[in-house]
Amino acid sequence: MHTALLLEMAADAFPERLALGERAAGVTFAELQARATAGAAWLAAQGEGSVVFLGLNGPALPAAVFAAGKLGRPFAPLNYRAPDDDLRRLLARTAPSVAIVDDDMMLRVAGVEGVTIVTRSAFEAACLDAGHRAAELAETDPDIAVLLFTSGTTGEPKAAVLRHRHLASYVISTVEFMDAEEDEAALVSVPPYHIAGISAVLTGVYGGRRIVHMPAFTPDSWVETAAREAITHAMLVPTMLGRVLDVMEVKGERLPQMRALSYGGGRMPRAVIERALRLMPHVAFVNAYGLTETSSTISVLGPQDHRDAIASSDPQVSRRLASVGRPLPGLELEIRGPEGDVLPPGEAGEVYVRGEQVAGEYLGRKLLTEDGWFPTNDSGWLDAGGYLFIEGRLDDVIVRGGENISPGEIEDVLRAHPGVGDVAVVGIPDDEWGERVAAVIAPKGPEPTAQELAAWVQSWLRSTTTPETWEFRTELPYNETGKLLRRVLKEDLAARARTVAA
Amino acid sequence: MELKPGSRWKSAVCDGEFVVVRPPSSGGVLASGGEPVIPHGSEKPAGGSPSPDHAGGSVLGKRYTDVESGLAVLCSKAGAGSLSLDGRPLVLQEAKKLPASD
Repeated sequence: MHTALLLEMAADAFPERLALGERAAGVTFAELQARATAGAAWLAAQGEGSVVFLGLNGPALPAAVFAAGKLGRPFAPLNYRAPDDDLRRLLARTAPSVAIVDDDMMLRVAGVEGVTIVTRSAFEAACLDAGHRAAELAETDPDIAVLLFTSGTTGEPKAAVLRHRHLASYVISTVEFMDAEEDEAALVSVPPYHIAGISAVLTGVYGGRRIVHMPAFTPDSWVETAAREAITHAMLVPTMLGRVLDVMEVKGERLPQMRALSYGGGRMPRAVIERALRLMPHVAFVNAYGLTETSSTISVLGPQDHRDAIASSDPQVSRRLASVGRPLPGLELEIRGPEGDVLPPGEAGEVYVRGEQVAGEYLGRKLLTEDGWFPTNDSGWLDAGGYLFIEGRLDDVIVRGGENISPGEIEDVLRAHPGVGDVAVVGIPDDEWGERVAAVIAPKGPEPTAQELAAWVQSWLRSTTTPETWEFRTELPYNETGKLLRRVLKEDLAARARTVAA
Repeated sequence: MELKPGSRWKSAVCDGEFVVVRPPSSGGVLASGGEPVIPHGSEKPAGGSPSPDHAGGSVLGKRYTDVESGLAVLCSKAGAGSLSLDGRPLVLQEAKKLPASD
């Protein structure tokens, strides 16, 4: 099924309803459909190949997504935060293509071979042009809908392939058509080059929830926009949520109109989510776990799960606040050991998933097994109730003397120490144990000693998990989507350990 | 007719339009209002109406399935006729309401 049909259905059924933008000056579904048609007709005349989008969030993004879809061409959003050289290299990989580029980013990408560059303002103007809006577009066979260069924390980015059938299947199986209340509005602050930025456009349109885009995230402008636009729904990554809560506390803002906040894209510290539940008891919290290669969400910890976990004295139920909930209906999920055997509840291994939304493909390389399972490269385990706990990337799990140690578990304990602002735990090579546990701490207030922190960890966890190497820094490295750059830390610490040994 | 995933069809006897979400395990004739559906791009014959046995209607945005063959179709435009595969009425697939996560 073609994703362009999602908008067609919405525009046919509810032409006058607001699809995008501010309450006062929004874009209706009929208008978005007209813009996408005009944009498609105009793009087709500019050149052949993929439709690249290099720019900030805004009403041009949904128009471009659906315009590319209508032409049957892949939509490839690029990371404008990448250094110029990287950006040009990525852009060259999209050739042949037509690139819609924010006007003030034009100089960064001029002259890449095989790429036709057009300004965003020219695209926007074409979307409003009466001639283009009247264009009759030929029907296309749906194939590749989106190419997403995975942000990754290492190496050359891979181009994840999402086909129309994967994305459409995700949308129609997780969202009821036009089920949103007329006053619902979602604040989208994840960038266009993130899978959640793409899925937010598709699910917002199909569900009939007005999309308000933030060009760039700051916690102050997020809170201010949420209040002004009477935002009812939003998705945040954990680091963003923590900063939003800080602003809300300072300003005494509680966002009474907010109904649901979802979070994902990284480990949520328990202290942050507990604080969020306390500050906004009127809000339904949702933890969503998913990957680019799975068309976004595959597992959800719902609002009732949150309330149950907070209220329960049963450790198993309480612990679920740290889980990513249960897999979506219609998806299959298994935990497998190194030999490929399916593991029982309680045992950690690699998370495998299978379903119609699961693409599991990079340009030139399919990762699905013969019978359709996608190995996520995430390590996790299921509890007796089927709740999924993610321990992190498989490569990040520390193997010390044959014992698997989850960095996240130790980080959670350290983060609860009053002197710890931020923390990362990584494995570094060790002659005796294979790997040893190292902790990098960004202190909060007076710097705690390593001895003090080691004793703290020992009082909570088994002794083999206590870090043996400690380092203190003012801050930890993150990439622009809020993912901790573990690999960078790991390499730094390993290099230092080698120097000391020599 | 080949009910390929993503293929679009329309009713010959009402306003209904449909897209195949999951194909049937073996072939079959998809009908709306009791009459076989026609390709989306084709001209609708004039004057037809759904037979009384197949007039339960198709609702925009709902998914309909045939348990026996696994066929699933999405109604992309509402119509007065209801769907069947080889004469078996398709059943409305009840949505499991999920919290918004995007």
